[in-house]
Amino acid sequence: MTPETLVYAFTFPVLGVFLGLVYKGIDRRFSARLTSRIGPPIRQPFWDVGKLLLKETVVPENAIAWIFNAMPIVSFAASMTLLLYIPFGVLKAPLEGYGDLVVILYLLTLQSLAMAIGGFASGSPFSSVGAQREMVLMMSYEMPLATVIIGFAVIYRSFSLTTIASTPVWGVAGPLAAMGVLLLLVALLAVTPAELAKLPFDIAEAETEICEGMLAEYSGRNLALFYLSDAVRGFAMAALEVVLFFPFTLTSILNLSLTGTAYYAVEALWFLFKVLVIYLLAITLVRTSFARFRIEQASRVFWVYVNIIALVGLALVWLGV
Amino acid sequence: MAKTQYYVPVGPIHPALKEPIRVEAKVEGEKIVEVDVKRGFAHRGIEYMGMKRNAIQTLYLSERICGICSISHPYAFVVTAEKALGIEAPPRAQYIRTIIGELERIHSHILWLGVVAHEMGFDSLLFWTWKGRERLLDILELLTGNRINYSVFMIGGVRRDIKESHIKAIKDMISYYRTFNQEMKDVFLSDPVYKARTRGVAQLSKKMALELNAVGPVARAAGVRMDIRQDIPYDAYADIDVRAVVPQDIVGEARGDAYDITMVRLYEIDQSLDIIEYCIDELPEGKLMAIPNYVALLAKIRRTQGEAIGAHEAPRGEVIHYLKFDGKMDGPSVWKVIAPSYNNINTWAPLLLGAEVADIPIVVAYIDPCMCCNDRIAVVRDEDGRIIDPATLHRKAVEKTRKLREELGVRE
Repeated sequence: MTPETLVYAFTFPVLGVFLGLVYKGIDRRFSARLTSRIGPPIRQPFWDVGKLLLKETVVPENAIAWIFNAMPIVSFAASMTLLLYIPFGVLKAPLEGYGDLVVILYLLTLQSLAMAIGGFASGSPFSSVGAQREMVLMMSYEMPLATVIIGFAVIYRSFSLTTIASTPVWGVAGPLAAMGVLLLLVALLAVTPAELAKLPFDIAEAETEICEGMLAEYSGRNLALFYLSDAVRGFAMAALEVVLFFPFTLTSILNLSLTGTAYYAVEALWFLFKVLVIYLLAITLVRTSFARFRIEQASRVFWVYVNIIALVGLALVWLGV
Repeated sequence: MAKTQYYVPVGPIHPALKEPIRVEAKVEGEKIVEVDVKRGFAHRGIEYMGMKRNAIQTLYLSERICGICSISHPYAFVVTAEKALGIEAPPRAQYIRTIIGELERIHSHILWLGVVAHEMGFDSLLFWTWKGRERLLDILELLTGNRINYSVFMIGGVRRDIKESHIKAIKDMISYYRTFNQEMKDVFLSDPVYKARTRGVAQLSKKMALELNAVGPVARAAGVRMDIRQDIPYDAYADIDVRAVVPQDIVGEARGDAYDITMVRLYEIDQSLDIIEYCIDELPEGKLMAIPNYVALLAKIRRTQGEAIGAHEAPRGEVIHYLKFDGKMDGPSVWKVIAPSYNNINTWAPLLLGAEVADIPIVVAYIDPCMCCNDRIAVVRDEDGRIIDPATLHRKAVEKTRKLREELGVRE
């Protein structure tokens, strides 16, 4: 491990938490504007985390305390590790070479799993119902998510994200495969809200049904960790979509000849802008314009419709390559 | 393998409930296998307070029974009091009362549409409908001076007139809501997710609705053609041919689910707009109060001995008031209120049984429950006007049963 990697390993999580919270703030503000409200200031998520960290951490009487307390840490650690695998614009991913898309798939699952296990361990009926729903939902969306990743492996003959980011997929794929990639994009966009537990797939946390479900018993530091991992995961998921489908650099689009700091600064801002657009389209807009599904309806959406889209996409990619 | 059963307590404090009530559901996975509804968390004793005051004070107290429809209870109260006292409100006052009653129905229905959207996580629709409702509250404020608890009804009339300048504002509002309601119909009745969440949920058959004594939109959605405005017309409704809105008239069949109830409420908004338009066009001239002098009115109440039952079709269903004047006090000696939620909450237990956990908020919301409407104490007095305590009441009940058995010759 080089010193460069170590620097990345320390700066990325800090940056990731900061960006995750900023994007959450923008998301809340944008959603409020869409529904004719003013909305909270963009720094509101920072205040939320601060407030949660000051509050008492309560462990329910009939909870399995060590699992209950460990799961927020597992979830937070998973989301932090996830960040280290995603190339930030033109920068390489810090853990490049130590894992690839398959690890990302597992890290994404690990967070949902941590929340579900924490929910079961809390002993609350609301959390138990929520955790059951989360498990069912996970089983539903894992298949299309895996199909998307396999589709990329078919094109690049590699699972490495840096390889994928360095050569845009649209240039590599032929016309037939490009159509397939488009279908894979649709499938991944459909999976995004479910992966992040946002409407219309926030079934496991449904506020009016089961009082935030798995998070019902969490408070204080534990809830703050879940909140942070949720924020980071939102950013990471949008960044992953950008890396997979829109890795175009600004310098290549506009034929700019920038070097040194200016190059990195411009590319970083361009990357953040792309992530913001994906974030607002795939998460904020969707969660503002849909009602919550019932769990069996959500399962049907993923198992039937999204799965068909993803599999057709994979077939087209396989035929086109 | 035995399935794990969880016990999900909904209430008395829960995000799906705006007021306290408790639904205890035992669930297997997502399915509810056992359910118990417990009520009685809000005690206010408004009827008891009303029996200590004069009739005008009691009228304004009755506005405070319900938190949202502040005209339903006063409307039933004035209809009942006028029947008991033998006075009739002037025609203009009757029309104004009808206009305000219908305005209230529209705002209550729009409020419900927002709430039910929120219950299924569709908050954008909640904000949109409630934003559209503001215009109606503005009109109510223009007509009565208040956005809620209008204090405009009076026994034998109303306290405020609708002026010429108000009529244009009301007509503008009517045309605004005709468009807005069409938009709401487009959104609610054709949104696929809304349809998926409400079709077949909280399905009440006609037979069940009659057995459980459902009233108002809940019964109408099940296909029962009942509406106080149609069955026992009062005030301006006597001049208008009001027909109960039932799904079989709109789409040919009544399924009685949450989707049908949405449809009934949406079409009732149209009907209310028609009624308001008619009342504005045909508004009779004349005075506003049968007995304008409050002292004279209270003196008449003190002289009157009599009782009456009156009803008003509130947005949620029929509100029934019973009043008795004993000729000794200037207020009612007995006042009994029956609110629509009291009947409609009976439908919860059978509908929740076998439903899913995700359906709890929709089943709970679809009757538009109002806890403060139906939780109150009952006061029973003996011949001398003394309040009977529970132990004595129980003893008297046992004695009466025994007496009846002896008279009828029934043995254990």
